[in-house]
Amino acid sequence: MKGLKIVVLAKQVPDTRNVGKDAMKADGTVNRAALAAIFNPEDLNALEQALRLKDKYEGSTVSILTMGPSRAAEIIREGMYRGADGGVLLTDRLFAGSDTLATSYAISQALKKMEADIIIAGRQAIDGDTAQVGPQVADKLGLTQITYAEEIIGIKENVITVKRRLERGVEVVEGPLPLVVTVNASAPECRSRNAKALLKFKHARTATELQDTSEDYIDIKNDRPELVIPEWSVVDVDADPKELGLSGSPTKVKKIENVVFTAKESKVLSDNDEDINELMRTLIESHTIG
Amino acid sequence: MNNIIVYCEIEDGKVADVSLELLTKGRSLANELKCKLEALVIGSDLNGIEKTLYPFGVDTVFLANDTRLYPYVTAPHAAIMIGLFKEEKPQIALLGATSIGRDLGPKVSSALHSGLTADCTSLVIGDHYEKKTDTKYDQLLYQIRPAFGGNIIATIINPDCRPQMATVREGVMKKEIMDANYVGELKNIEVDKYLAPEHFAVKIIERHIEASKINMKGAPVVVAGGYGVGSKENFDLLYQLAEVLGGEVGASRAAVDAGLVEHDRQIGQTGLTVRPRLYIACGISGQIQHTAGMEESAMIISINNDVNAPINKIADYAIHGKVEDVIPKMIKHYKANTK
Repeated sequence: MKGLKIVVLAKQVPDTRNVGKDAMKADGTVNRAALAAIFNPEDLNALEQALRLKDKYEGSTVSILTMGPSRAAEIIREGMYRGADGGVLLTDRLFAGSDTLATSYAISQALKKMEADIIIAGRQAIDGDTAQVGPQVADKLGLTQITYAEEIIGIKENVITVKRRLERGVEVVEGPLPLVVTVNASAPECRSRNAKALLKFKHARTATELQDTSEDYIDIKNDRPELVIPEWSVVDVDADPKELGLSGSPTKVKKIENVVFTAKESKVLSDNDEDINELMRTLIESHTIG
Repeated sequence: MNNIIVYCEIEDGKVADVSLELLTKGRSLANELKCKLEALVIGSDLNGIEKTLYPFGVDTVFLANDTRLYPYVTAPHAAIMIGLFKEEKPQIALLGATSIGRDLGPKVSSALHSGLTADCTSLVIGDHYEKKTDTKYDQLLYQIRPAFGGNIIATIINPDCRPQMATVREGVMKKEIMDANYVGELKNIEVDKYLAPEHFAVKIIERHIEASKINMKGAPVVVAGGYGVGSKENFDLLYQLAEVLGGEVGASRAAVDAGLVEHDRQIGQTGLTVRPRLYIACGISGQIQHTAGMEESAMIISINNDVNAPINKIADYAIHGKVEDVIPKMIKHYKANTK
């Protein structure tokens, strides 16, 4: 079998799972800007599945495709440190404000230039938890989708076999390439950084980053073009601006409310026998238990 | 035309609870909008299934009954749904936020270029005024959901595109029969009108689906553990307490992520929603992501060695101590008092 061209869809997200005390404002709401930007966890599971295919099928390549601001190039480098061959940053002000559908349109336009055999994405991102971009990208490209994957078992004669993890069990399915697979957190964790790859790619930069940097990267850019991470704009992917941003998004945010904890009158008990005995008696007498 | 359609998931030959919950919600929305409530059922061996739906106030059951349509595969279900929606033009479409609804919904919304909001916790009808275009929209569906790990609550609307699509998790809405004698109309769908051979490109080779052994929704008592439980050994104490009290064991996302407990037991925005008589939160800090799934419990007890843990603010009783010290005492005193 010839090598596979694999594209991993990844997103840089604020770490909403670890909202520490530093990220809480005095009014009890979250200071979103104070959260660390991380590689979306399930996208790392997706990357691992891609890297396993690369290990298994000689001549395969893995690219990361991400959409976001300039700093999202960090996760492309992170992917390269773990074994990806390269990546593309889809970045343009016109993408701002896109809902899942407009985002999927933008990503699908970029994918049209990448000619992937397999597109692998995390099931969902932790900032939105929607799980919509994978299937919507598949639809925009007219490709088959297999969601909730736990393991890509293998590929034979252009047919992929995937184990899916559902709420109440597992399913093994087959589908024809090319296609989109979305991967669950129950899939194996991503391998860690590889020292060789780290050395090789630590100077990888986008053109924007090269402009902003005070270091002298010009030589690197000329001598080692593989270290330049391509940035694609709306024009580069031939996208219709009407289908992007707020105008391309059927869903609109009408209102955002910060969640504030409202305190109840709670009774504080110690862990001594007397307090706990009293509590259990109260619960039994009120028929809450027993 | 312009009605509400609920996609009804089939589980072991019956309509799934989450779909019945959505029909209940759909009925009240339909009353407010003065439109019909309709159900779309896709599967095989479903003769007579409509009779189980009418009591929820369903006016029309669209039934696609064909041996090729069960178990669920994305493409044929999507093709039928897309085809039907193009003809029926529903104003609202609701799906369960399950591995089926969250696979099918985005595909259909993309094909119809309609907006979809995942994991709504509340659905309300309301108006909207768009300043930019000076347009007034009447009776839109407000799709309300937590976002950003549950730290914000967003109200999403789809002013211009139809249907307004939303998914809702099991247990979030209440299931209620409207009228046991209500009778709607059955419309059989001619599936060949919508299906083509390429819709069957994905084949299921193996399937092991089990009825969940965990009955969290029906449990009167839920003993839930967080990251603060610390170890699997300590989690065993939670199982012991749950057994003594006749309850189930739940967990926060942090405990699931740390591998202390299986994913099926996760409570919160991306897990189950529960409303037990008693909720005992053990070593749970109380991030909004978690409290979204349990704050309606009738009584909440928190066991935490941090008196300032956010969970204590919503607890009726906050026990200051270590989980491994407190739980054995609770078991001991419960047994002593019920002798």
